[in-house]
Amino acid sequence: MGLARTYAIGLVGLDGHLIEVEAHIAPGLPGFTLIGLPDAVLYEARDRVRAAVINSGLKWPDRRMTVSLSPASLHKRGSSFDLALACAVLGADGAVPKSALADLVLIGELGLDGRVRSVPGVLPSVLAAVRAGMKRVVVPAPNRAEAELVPDASVADVRSLPELIALLSGEPFGEDAGPDLDHGIDEPASRGLASSQPSAELDYPPDLADVCGQADARKALEVSAAGGHHLFLQGPPGAGKTMLAERLPGILPALELEAALEVTSIHSVAGLLPPDRPLLTRPPFANPHHTASVVAIVGGGSSLLRPGAVSLAHHGVLFLDEAPEFRAGVLDGLRQPMESGEVVIARAQAVARFPARFQLVMAANPCPCGQGDSAESMCVCPSVVRRRYLARLSGPLLDRVDLRVTVDRPSRADLLELGAGEPSAAVAERVLQARERAAQRLGETPWRINAQLPGRELRGRFAPERGSLTSVEAAMSRGELSARGLARVLRVAWTLADLSGVDRPGPEQVGVAFALRAGRLPGLAA
Amino acid sequence: MAAKDTVGRWGEDVAARHLVAAGLVILERNWRCSAGEIDIIARDGRTLVFCEVKTRRSGGYGTPFEAVTMAKARRQRRLAAQWLEIAGLSVPDVRFDVVGVLCPRRGGPKIEHRRGVI
Repeated sequence: MGLARTYAIGLVGLDGHLIEVEAHIAPGLPGFTLIGLPDAVLYEARDRVRAAVINSGLKWPDRRMTVSLSPASLHKRGSSFDLALACAVLGADGAVPKSALADLVLIGELGLDGRVRSVPGVLPSVLAAVRAGMKRVVVPAPNRAEAELVPDASVADVRSLPELIALLSGEPFGEDAGPDLDHGIDEPASRGLASSQPSAELDYPPDLADVCGQADARKALEVSAAGGHHLFLQGPPGAGKTMLAERLPGILPALELEAALEVTSIHSVAGLLPPDRPLLTRPPFANPHHTASVVAIVGGGSSLLRPGAVSLAHHGVLFLDEAPEFRAGVLDGLRQPMESGEVVIARAQAVARFPARFQLVMAANPCPCGQGDSAESMCVCPSVVRRRYLARLSGPLLDRVDLRVTVDRPSRADLLELGAGEPSAAVAERVLQARERAAQRLGETPWRINAQLPGRELRGRFAPERGSLTSVEAAMSRGELSARGLARVLRVAWTLADLSGVDRPGPEQVGVAFALRAGRLPGLAA
Repeated sequence: MAAKDTVGRWGEDVAARHLVAAGLVILERNWRCSAGEIDIIARDGRTLVFCEVKTRRSGGYGTPFEAVTMAKARRQRRLAAQWLEIAGLSVPDVRFDVVGVLCPRRGGPKIEHRRGVI
């Protein structure tokens, strides 16, 4: 009798696949068969779609209906197929013109009353649709702004199934105003998720002016922001480690468009996109609790593959407070994404790839009692306990950390000088200038920040000034520094040079970089 | 006799007349055994037809055809096998039809005959 075809998008991680939805209505007893590896939620679409069609005042065909989702071998999940299923069935029944459906991608969940509900992952879905050559996309009205971020997409938004049918039955498709990106990207964060969310843009990002004293740590934070270097803050409780870390995103430059789209896609898939802010333009900040599982950090899940904290911190900051309290497996799970900048999650049903180019900030107390070697209080931990505590951070992980700073409790003089701290805006300006210097130098290379420089280039094109390695070479011969460590020292030296406007790092920058790496700061801030 | 049975009985009469008008030869009506009942058994040319009749006064509880569930369809096949065994017939072509009868309060009944649906 009737055959109709339309399209939907199946997401595996961040990768969208174009799914052909075909509906066939045959004579026979009423029935609705859904084939093509649907999961439980998608299988329930049969009942949602039926109720939605009837409650929209349309006739539900009382024939034998078969709806096929192809490619049939790909596992499909979620409720975003509802609209495509409903339209394919109505098209096969003749209630909607088939020609209107043939080059259309439909994304959205249906309520039983025919309302169209928003779904997660609209941005990566629309990106995939356009990449597959399907430019006409229908999305739920609340997701419109997100879908319009995709260049070349002709987006129509619908609130209900009857509205969609009216649209398909003749009214012109979309207004095609074109995305207004330049306007959105420079806007400061006006509203965001609550800070309790795993990753969010804060209403009022905390300002560095709130931090009293801590000259060394502030300097390290600036270096970390300018070069994208991983940072380790160590000190007694109440010294301000968390305060400092939370202020790192505030001094990072705003995301470029491509990075913003990536970050937004990840948050969209995780369902963490604030409804009123379709494009995330500030670097994200993820601070998972130390009881987090490997899957929560790295990403995964048994059926629905979700991005983990490392991906939610993509192009931003991953902050591990009380780092030694994290499970060893969790910490070592960070090593691979830190090297490759992405996480590949393999499960029986699918393999998902999530980008995870984050900047790691770890904070730790020197020992379980927290007092450590501070001058005014005594540590009560037995020496063996103290040694074991920081040993929980494995050597290979610490080897990847470029900057180690001891944060001491601010002195009374520091505290009395309230408000004397330099505000974030001033630091951010220097960071931006240093990053611009680096970007200019790196020119047409694929790298943008110093942390990305490969070791080979640090010995060749981007070698420091001749003779500036003497101090470091001594440390290498003493076995204090590995070859990878040397490369990391040189990257930090480049960042220091960029910050102070020097064309090429000399002995001074290399020396300071090595001191920062070894956690021995000789009055760096001076 | 309950009202629903009266309606059902009336629907079966309407359906039988419809089938005869369509050229089928009724062999048996309301054949019963311990497992259930076949409403109409008929011959359509060389094909033996087992027919289930569903009657509804309105569409409020769904169409007549929706009332034929998978379980009922399976029972229909089982009953047909029993009938064939008892009748000692070996028929090359067997078909299962459903006749839906809708009798609204006003106007004549609406009859729909779906062939080979089970």
